Amino acid sequence: MADDVIVTEGLTKVYEGMDVPAVDHLDLEVRAGEVFGLLGPNGAGKTTTAGILTTRVVPTAGRAYVAGIDVVRHPALVKQVSGIVSQQNTLDRQLTVWENLYFHGRLFGMGGRDSRARADELLETFSLSKWAKASVYALSGGMAQRLMVARAIFHRPAVLFLDEPTAGLDPQSRLALWGMLAELNREGQTVVLTTHYMEEADQLCDRVAIMDHGHVLALDTPDALKRSTGADTILTVKVDRDGERLASALARDLGGVVSTRVAGDVVTVQVRGAERLVPRTVDVAESAGVAVLDLAVAEPSLETVFINLTGKELRE
Amino acid sequence: MTTLRIEAHPTRSATTASRAALAGLILRDLTVLKKTFGEFVLRTLIQPFLLCFVFLYVFPKIGQAVGGSSAGATGFATILVPGVVGISIMFQGVQSIALAMAQEFGFTREIEDRVQAPCPIWLVAVSKVLSGSVQGVIAAAIVFPIAAVVHAAGVTATVSLHWLEIVTLVPLACVAMASLGLVLGTSFEPRNIGLMFGFVVLPITFLGGTYYPWTHLAPVTIGHVHWLQTLVLLNPLIYVNEGMRAAFTDAPHMHLYVIYPVLVGFATLFLSIGLRNFRRRVLS
Repeated sequence: MADDVIVTEGLTKVYEGMDVPAVDHLDLEVRAGEVFGLLGPNGAGKTTTAGILTTRVVPTAGRAYVAGIDVVRHPALVKQVSGIVSQQNTLDRQLTVWENLYFHGRLFGMGGRDSRARADELLETFSLSKWAKASVYALSGGMAQRLMVARAIFHRPAVLFLDEPTAGLDPQSRLALWGMLAELNREGQTVVLTTHYMEEADQLCDRVAIMDHGHVLALDTPDALKRSTGADTILTVKVDRDGERLASALARDLGGVVSTRVAGDVVTVQVRGAERLVPRTVDVAESAGVAVLDLAVAEPSLETVFINLTGKELRE
Repeated sequence: MTTLRIEAHPTRSATTASRAALAGLILRDLTVLKKTFGEFVLRTLIQPFLLCFVFLYVFPKIGQAVGGSSAGATGFATILVPGVVGISIMFQGVQSIALAMAQEFGFTREIEDRVQAPCPIWLVAVSKVLSGSVQGVIAAAIVFPIAAVVHAAGVTATVSLHWLEIVTLVPLACVAMASLGLVLGTSFEPRNIGLMFGFVVLPITFLGGTYYPWTHLAPVTIGHVHWLQTLVLLNPLIYVNEGMRAAFTDAPHMHLYVIYPVLVGFATLFLSIGLRNFRRRVLS
């Protein structure tokens, strides 16, 4: 508990007019210094969870603490130690890039001189100095995102929240943001992010909570989650027909098969032991009389974990 | 990077942090006002200028009904000048708060960031009302001299400054109208702003005693009922304009014993509705 930046106990949120809770008896602990991911499809409850922790959503039941402070009882105190990057661009359109940072400092009680110095420093760090005097309208999506991160850490928050930080960013900006967050984390910044990109959770997070329907289905390091599938290889076979027949033939004859799944003309097989997997698969398919159109081998991903837990795909 | 020195726990009490946040919010608003002052002056002056130009210059020139004779025109000017100040204060409330807020709640989502300030959420709305009120006072200060001089030759408004009323009623009217702006800005979705103008702003404007004093409405009756004079008592702008008449002229006006408490009442009512709406819009 001492090292936990965030603790929730039985946290529940039922929105008005809904019978199903958006978040259902959630117990979470986020440790100081880690990057913690809430991964799940739309409607899993991750944004609601983040909303409660950032004091914007009032829980129906349960408790949540940020830096040891009750978010329902003392929202204003919680905001002192939280930095938030929301999904949309919430930069102040009437201020310049530099002023967006400067006034954030004033808002958080820093004096004029300190705010000026910190604004300069952060623009430098986030490679935005050139744009200091520009209107925020002039920024590209990636730059606006960078400025929002700079603004969120301006007051040195105990925890930095990011809600779907890379949704809508181009691949290059996404990589840049990942690098930036990793760097901040190396310096000790605790980060909580919600995402529905499994790759993002895998790359960035020390621990990931996989959510669906308001519940945490699994919570561990990405590696441990992937190991929990029991498979080390994911085999994807494309056929023109007889997918079901191939699936049962593979389950019977391939050896080391953990599970099989047929979706349309694609058979996905989770396998332990990847030795000569491709030729062996082709052999099994030929004996079963099924024509293989395409075949791919990959390592298990968080997507695999999600499919195993929910029976459905996470989708991008 | 040497950017981090994390505050693991709040370092300031909620009160200290809130005070600083309020100051920060207002400082931001005033900075924006300073940056866009030219625009502010233009949008503040255009309506009063047109009102004075049409009613106090064009009408007397062409002998139109409103104060056809020169003496009548002068009487009308005395009525209109404080009305123009009152209506400008009201429009400041609508423009600086209702329109800005509809935008911030709507497509820019800037409000999302503003409510992360380390203070209670209601204080964010209060800061808007305060800086909106300041804009109202500035608007009154620049509109009054213009309204007092844009006339045809021979038409003069009989101005008389009652400073006690000016320094109390002008700020009070500004707070009441800024609070009205908060109610409007938090009640209407951005896409319904047209509705707001058509069904709220226009009726308030035309039935708000800008072009006529409330005391002159008695002849509008059905049977023996002074229906219009009674009905417009629901309109907050009536009290603002009557207050401006009391502050800037010697013309007959509604009694000050009525104007002060009713304006305080409207300010309180609008502020409480506006703050409640604001909280509802921000929290879920």
